[in-house]
This record gives sequence, C-alpha cells and structure tokens, in this order.
Amino acid sequence: MDTSLVLVLLLAPFLGFLFNVFLGKKAGKSIVGIVGTLSVFVSFAMTLYLFGNANQEPVVINLFDWISIQRFNVSFGFLIDHLSLIWLLFVTGIGSLIHLYSISYMHDDEKMHSFFAYLNLFIFFMITLVIGSNLLMMFIGWEGVGLCSYLLIGFWYKNQDFNDAAKKAFIMNRIGDLGFLIGIFIVGSLFNTLDFTSLKNIITTAKDINDFWIALAALALFIGAAGKSAQIPLYTWLPDAMAGPTPVSALIHAATMVTAGIFMITRLNFLFDMAPSVQNIIAIVGAVTALVAATIALVQNDIKKVLAYSTVSQLGLMFLALGLGAYEVAVFHVITHAFFKACLFLGSGSVIHGLHGEQDMRKMGGLKKAMPITFITMLIAALAISGIFPLAGFWSKDEILMTAFHANIALWVIGSIASIMTAFYMFRLIYLTFFNSFRGTEEQKNHLHESPSLITLPLIILAILSFFGGIISLPGNSWLNKYLAPLFSKVVHEEHQFGNTEYMLMAIATIGAIIGIGIAYKKYLKDNTIPSEDAEITGVTKVLYNKYYVDEAYDAIFVKPVNVLSSFFRDSVETTLSALIFGLGKVTNEIALQGKKIHNGSVGLYLFAFVLGVIAIITYLFL
Amino acid sequence: MNVTTLLIILLVGAFATYFSGDKWAPKVALLFGLTAFAGTICLLSQYNLGQEINYTKLWISKPNISFALQADGLSLAMLLLTTALTPIIIYSSFGNTYKNSKAFYALILFMTFAMAGTFLASDGLLYYIFWELSLIPIYFIALIWGNGDAEERKKAVVKFFIYTLAGSLFMLVAFIYLYQKAGSFLINDLTQLKLSSTEQFWIFLAFFLAYAIKIPLIPFHTWQAEVYQKAPTVGTMLLSGIMLKMGLYSVIRWQLPIAPLAAKEYMDVFIILGIAGVIYGSIVALRQKDLKKLLAYSSLAHVGLIAAGSYTLTLDGFRGAVLQMIAHGFVVTGLFLVAEIIFRRYETRKISEMGGIRAQSPKFTSMFMILVLASVALPSTFNFVGEFTVLYSLSQVNIWFSLLGGTTIILGAYYMLKMFQHVMLGETNVRLFADVTFNEGLCLVIIIAVLFFFGMYPKPIIDLITPSLENILTQVNRFNQVK
Repeated sequence: MDTSLVLVLLLAPFLGFLFNVFLGKKAGKSIVGIVGTLSVFVSFAMTLYLFGNANQEPVVINLFDWISIQRFNVSFGFLIDHLSLIWLLFVTGIGSLIHLYSISYMHDDEKMHSFFAYLNLFIFFMITLVIGSNLLMMFIGWEGVGLCSYLLIGFWYKNQDFNDAAKKAFIMNRIGDLGFLIGIFIVGSLFNTLDFTSLKNIITTAKDINDFWIALAALALFIGAAGKSAQIPLYTWLPDAMAGPTPVSALIHAATMVTAGIFMITRLNFLFDMAPSVQNIIAIVGAVTALVAATIALVQNDIKKVLAYSTVSQLGLMFLALGLGAYEVAVFHVITHAFFKACLFLGSGSVIHGLHGEQDMRKMGGLKKAMPITFITMLIAALAISGIFPLAGFWSKDEILMTAFHANIALWVIGSIASIMTAFYMFRLIYLTFFNSFRGTEEQKNHLHESPSLITLPLIILAILSFFGGIISLPGNSWLNKYLAPLFSKVVHEEHQFGNTEYMLMAIATIGAIIGIGIAYKKYLKDNTIPSEDAEITGVTKVLYNKYYVDEAYDAIFVKPVNVLSSFFRDSVETTLSALIFGLGKVTNEIALQGKKIHNGSVGLYLFAFVLGVIAIITYLFL
Repeated sequence: MNVTTLLIILLVGAFATYFSGDKWAPKVALLFGLTAFAGTICLLSQYNLGQEINYTKLWISKPNISFALQADGLSLAMLLLTTALTPIIIYSSFGNTYKNSKAFYALILFMTFAMAGTFLASDGLLYYIFWELSLIPIYFIALIWGNGDAEERKKAVVKFFIYTLAGSLFMLVAFIYLYQKAGSFLINDLTQLKLSSTEQFWIFLAFFLAYAIKIPLIPFHTWQAEVYQKAPTVGTMLLSGIMLKMGLYSVIRWQLPIAPLAAKEYMDVFIILGIAGVIYGSIVALRQKDLKKLLAYSSLAHVGLIAAGSYTLTLDGFRGAVLQMIAHGFVVTGLFLVAEIIFRRYETRKISEMGGIRAQSPKFTSMFMILVLASVALPSTFNFVGEFTVLYSLSQVNIWFSLLGGTTIILGAYYMLKMFQHVMLGETNVRLFADVTFNEGLCLVIIIAVLFFFGMYPKPIIDLITPSLENILTQVNRFNQVK
C-alpha cells in the first residue's frame, strides 16, 4: 500500500471541490455533476483496491509534524487499517451513489456547483476523519464535516429558518467538540501521545492506570461523540438539519457523518474498555435515545422528520451496543443502517421531488402507481429497518438486542420497544405516502411521475444492499467480526452460542416488528382517511409532536439567559465601567480645582503654610 | 544588516511619505512597508544562519541608558507580524481616499516604526520610549481621520490616550525603581536581580496596569470598543492587529521574567482574569449592533485567552500565546477589512441594515466565511494551532481552566455565525452590493493564504520562537533553584 494511493484517495474529492468552486459556474451543470461524482468515485475505486490488497498489518503514513506540545508532537499522518477501510468503503461507495443522485436532484438549482463543491468537501473531510492517525487529525475531519454540514443545511440561505437550523447544528456540535477537546487534553497528559497506535500499545500494556482520569477522558470523548451522532442531550440539531436538500440528509445526516461518534468510540475501544462506568452511561444514553426518538417519530407528519428521528433512534441502538462493548455489532448496524436509511432518504427525496417540494405526508398518498420504483425500493428499506427476516436490518438489529438481552434485561426491553415503534412509524410512512388515494392538489396529481433513472438507479442499488447486506455478518459465521477482530483489545465478546434463547429472541423481535406493522396497517390502511389525531394534534400526541418541548426548554434554560446576560453586560456593566474610569478623571480634575483656589497668590497664606511645614518637619525629626 | 537598519527604513519611509505629497504618499508608504517586510525576511535568514543582528550603543551615560536592540526568535516573530501586516493594511486602504493623505500614511509608517522598536528594544527606557511613541500616531489617526460625530470621537480617543498613558506611567515608575537596584535598564541585568517577593509583587502590579490597559484585559477594556468603532479602519487594524500584541508580548518579555515570584504566586488570579475576559467578551459580542464593535469584543475574548496562556508560565502556554497572537493579528485585520468593504458599499456599520449580501457577491462571501471560520479556530487554520496549544496549557494547570476557556469555541461560534447570518444571509438585499475589487480581494487572499499555510504547517514559526521562549522560561524559573 503506498502513500500516493492514499493521497489520491484523500485528495480526489478535494480537487473536485476546488474545481467546482473555481470553475464550476463556467463549466456548466453537466460538467459539475460529472466532475463531482467522478472525484468521489475515484476515492471509491482506490478504497476497493486497498481493500482487495490490504495486508493484515495496518499502514501508518506520517507526512510531517503538525502541532508541537512540549511533551509530544502531533504528526500530520494517516492510518489505514481494517476499521478505516470499512468506513471508507461505505463513505465513498454511498457517497458516489448520492452524488450520482444529486446530478438529477439538484439540476434545477442555480447553485448546483456550490452544492457539489460542498458535497465533495464533505467527502474529503469525512475521509480525513476516518484515516487520521491520531486524535487531532480525526478532529480536523470531525470539525470539517461539521462545517460542511453547516454549509449544506443552510444551502438555501435566503430562508432564515434554514440558516437558524444550520447555525444550531454547528453550535450544538461545538458543545460536543469541547468535550472532545477536553478528552484529547486528558489523553495527551496521561499518555504523552495522541497517536492511535501508540495509545493502544500504552493502554493495553500499562499496569497502573489512573481509573479516574481514564474515565473522565472517556466521558469527555463520549460527549463529543454524542454531539456528532445526535444523542441525548445533544440530539435536537439533527431533526432541524432536515432543512438541507434531501441528498444531504441521506449522505451526511443518515449514512456517514452522524456515524462519526460510533467510529470514534470504536477506534478508541481500548480506552473505553478501561472505563466500565462510562460504558454503562453510553449504553443507557443509547437506549434512552433510541426510545425517546422513536416515540417522537410516531407522530411526525413531515416525511423527512420521521426519518430524522428514526436516525436518532437507530444511532441510539448503536450506542447501546457500544456501551455493552459490542463494537463490531455497532459497526454492523452502522453499515446496514447506512444502506437502508440512505435508501429511505433518497426515496423520500424522490417523492418530494415528484410533488414539487411537498413534505407533509398528509398531503401525499397513493403514490405507488405513479412511482413504482421509488415505492418498491422504499418498501424494501422499510422492511429492512423494521427488522423483517432475512433483510439486512434483521441481522444487525437482532445482534444488538441479543447483546442487550445477555447484558441487562431492561436494556433489551427498551431496545425491543423502540424496534416495535420503528416498524410502526416506518409503515405509517409507507402507507401514508404510497397507499390509498392521492390527497394533494389536482395540479400535483396531473404531474405525478416516476423520477428519472439517475435518481432511481441509486435507489435500486441501495435497496439491493438493504436486502442482502446482512450477509457480511451472519450469526455463527461472521465475516465482519473476523475482519475487525485485530482492532479490539479484549475478546470479551465471543459470538453467542446459538441456542434456543437466540431463536426465541429472534422470534420475539420478528413478532414485534409484525405487530408494529399490523397496527400501522389497521390505523392507516383500512380507512381511506387520515386518523383524526394526525389531522388535529392534541393531548399526548401534541407533546410528542412538539418533541417533548425540549427545544423550548433549551431555549429557556440556555439561549435566552445568555442573551439577557449579553444585553445586561452591554447596557449596564459596560456603561458603568466606562463611567467609573471617567469618574476617576473627574476626581483628579476636582482636586486640581480645589488646589487652584489655594494657589491664589496670597503671600501670607504661603508663609503660613511654610511655617507649618517647617514646624512639622522639626517635630518629626526631633521627637 | 542589523535590526537598526529596519527601524531606519521605517522612519525614513515615514518622512519620505510625508514629503512625497498627497498623490504619491500611499504608493511610497506601500513601497517602504514592503521594503521593511523584505528587511525582516533578511534579518530572519541572518538570524537562522547565526549571524549577529543585534545592536547596542551607549546612548546616555548618566543615567545609564543604552540604545540596545536585540532580536531573538520571539522578537523576530513579532517583527514579522508587524511588517507583514503593515503593507497589507496600507494596500487595503487604497480603496479609500483620505484628506491630507501624506500625513496619514506617514503616521502609519511612524507607528509601525514605534511598534517595531517596542518589539526590539532590550533597554527598559528605550523600550518605554518606543512604547509611548507608538501612541502618538494612532491618537492622531483616530482623531483626525476617524468617523462619526467629531465631539464623541474626540472624547473616546482622548480617553484612550490618557488611559493608556496613565497606565504606562506605572511601568515607568517600576523601571526607575529597577534602575536604582540594577544600575542599568538592560533587560539582561534586570532579569538577574534578586528582588524580594514584596518588591516583585509591586513591580508586577505596575507592569500589569500598563499591559492590562493596552491588551486590554477586563475590566480595563472600556476604551477599546469605542475607539475601534470611531477610528478609521486602518487605525483599527493597526490597533487590533499589532498594537494589542505589544501588551501581550511585553507580558512574556518583561513582566514575567522580571517578577516571576509574583507571577507564580498569583498565577491563578491572572489566568482567571484572562478567562473571565474570554467569557465576558464573547457574551457582550453576542448582542452588538455595530459590526466593528462586535469585532472589538471578539478581540477582547481572544486576547483574554492569549493572556491566560501566557500566565500559565509553561512553554506550551507561551508558545500557544505567541502563535495565537500572530494568527489573531491576521484574522482580525481581515475581519476589519471585511467591515470596511461593507462600509464602502452600504455606508453603515449597523448589522441590522445589512443582510442579503451573499447572493450578490460570491467571492466576498467565501472569503468572509473563511475568516469567520478561522476566527472560531476551525482545525487547519492557524488560529486552531494557537488556540489548541493555549487550551492544552490551561488544562495542564487545571482542567477547569481549559473547560472554561474552551467555552470560547462554543460562544465564539455563536456570535460569529449569528453575525454572519445577519450580515450576509437572508433574502437578497435590494441595495446593490458589488463583489470585491482586485485590491480588496488580494488583501483578503493573502491573509487567508497565511492562515491556511501556517494552520497546516506551523513548524517554521514554532521552531523560530521555541528557543527564545525556553530562555525566557529559564529566567522565569530562576528562583526555583534558590529555594
């Protein structure tokens, strides 16, 4: 594996970015699309090559010293190992598909070249994140993808609501990033290196490790991961991020960027293994996030919002697995989720595209005839995410639930309930969108059509992957587990013995999924009307619909007080401080004025003062 | 050549500019600015080759004052900042016309001369003279060519002048006291003094007043926002890009090595003061209505962090502080230029009167965005290198310090992105906004190139400053062995 190959892999999307920034407008839309897509495809091809020829040993490439700290240097370097290769595969693979899709989807947008530029830049930073050889390199990618996310959420910048959403995403991520940085500081001062390979060696062989500081580092890093991967309490930016164009939601806010937190924790598994208390926190946060987000998804009417909360919920399941130390299971779900969630988002994009921007599912319906490919691919993805045998989601979700079952029954219950809800809201989405009759305007109805092949082709590929993706990690004979095995310090998580319990659990999960789908069927398919609680939102539904008012609470607790404080500082403290300084000047002035009165030219007074002074001096000297 | 040559270039430049007349003054000033920059590069290479570039000559024998200029890595780094920014600042002003421009540009070069002298002087009194000298040109620049109501401007500028002057007088008193002890003003003699901890405390405090006002640290910052707002943008750039760093530089160069015991004793207090500035400045910046004022408060926040880093008395703290000084110098100059570019088109600095500019000016938008990102220390920009190092040094003193100081990455993103949103985004503004001119674009591109280059490869600067900072650290720690 040589350096230039990795550099091509990394820099191809960056060159695409530069091209689209500087020449995109002149080059025209077709060229922009082709260059943008090709540049990512080059990375994908390189990844495939590396993947095919990969040695068992990880490869480290250090280019030069970047930042110097007194006790260590941080190098500008890359690490290619099995973990980065897995991530590279789906980042560049799905990335290529979504670029392809965007050629058609964004074709009518006057700023298509900027769109492709940002998308290319995103892939570049995502690759940096994945192949960085130390924590700070990862941090470059980490903040870089955050920047692209910001740029793309606010892509339609004339709408200030979208700009607010973009800003919110960036700032909430930065809260996590501060945690990440603190984690880096602690790791740096404990081990005098930020390099992954050295860290692993030091931590796995060290004898006396300070438990408290390790746990603190792990906790801080987890806060970073929670920000990027939208976990409680830092999840509220992700649903708002749906303001961005739909390919962005598919690529960044479903398949790739939001999995960065999982990547980071998996990368540092040796560290997290040393902090069981933090692992517990991760498991609990993951499970609760999975459940809370699923409940909110139950009642959303915006098709993308459903998918967004679904993403938060699924990410929660992955964190649950991470917290239980089952890193390979989490990675498995990351991959299958990337397939079916990207498919679902792109499918919803196809629907929105067909309806000229309509996102409210109450105004959809009956689209399966007009958009058969979109329908079938989305149906497959929905079955996959619901965990129906033998689709990809079945295998990966089942592994998570099984792990949870063996670890803690309560976590298993929470995970299972979240999964049943998943089946329900996904089929609510499918039924409302594709079944019964169309509820939109006549005008829209006349223009209903299937999307062009540039849009349907990625859908078909992703649907196939959603169907068969489970193959990479079948229970009992998991290729993925073997592939990732060298990464993990502990081999605690042997593969489960496959016995009656496992079959029972699978059965329960499947029945749960079918129940979820059944309820949705009963509620949304039997009658050709929208259920009243969806048409008019009241009661518990209202609380769910408004996402438990968490946004409002954050606003009241953090945003408003800071702004009030700001006004107070600006209007009161600043003016007072300023006046004080002037006050000092005035006092001096006053003393001078008083002094002036004494200096009135009266020699008698001067003499008097002189005599007094002399007496005072004599008294002082002789007494 | 030696360092005196550089000062002579700048001084001669100031006179030449003045006598070249209004029409030619800008170009002559630019020429001398560029020559000074070339001179600095020349000095740098000589320094790296180990050639002698220092200059010492007895100036007055009673009292014993030397005309002593000494350039180590730290001074050269500051010199580089000064002479690199000066031509950019001069060139950026070509988009404006000034009455009596020969005096205007002559004052700019004169100020650069004084600031360069401050960074080079190794004799306390000479240093003090340069320090005070730099105040005079900026006083006139702000007073004569500033904007807004003349009466208010005069009030703000005079306040600034007297305030900083008063602060510096305490430093003068400290120097005189030190002279009585050492019989010399030379820094090498002053840092050899064995002062008692009480003496050190008072000297430290006297220096502190001078520097805290200049930097400025809260609560000594009240002159800043108004002067930044009222001064012409060139003046604001000189102030925030370079002059602020005189205070920060002096902390590391003079205050800490002369009175290290006091610095150690009260380390926490001064770190907290710096961090308080970070949080306070950021919060005040959040709701500023005036673009230049907002940038002034953001500066307050950034220099607070730099000061906190310096007061950690660690190599990382010093190094991060110096890196961040340079990075901040560039980014803030760029941001004030952005404010000026908007002012040239819309004749306003009120954020509420802006908005919807992005659609009309893609180049300007991109460059502005990059500066905003550099200002919030996005990794791969120079500012990240500095900020990371400073925050790391704080974490070594106390993890809470890095957490509190680190709020800058959240609050900074908040006020900067909010500002960017209101200035640039939204429905297309009905008033025409022409994209950047060649002149404006070139200035911004140079600044951006510097920020990215050193963001990816800060090693040359790190290698330049590290040996000098280690020397200073040895001086700071000289009392440790005694104990």
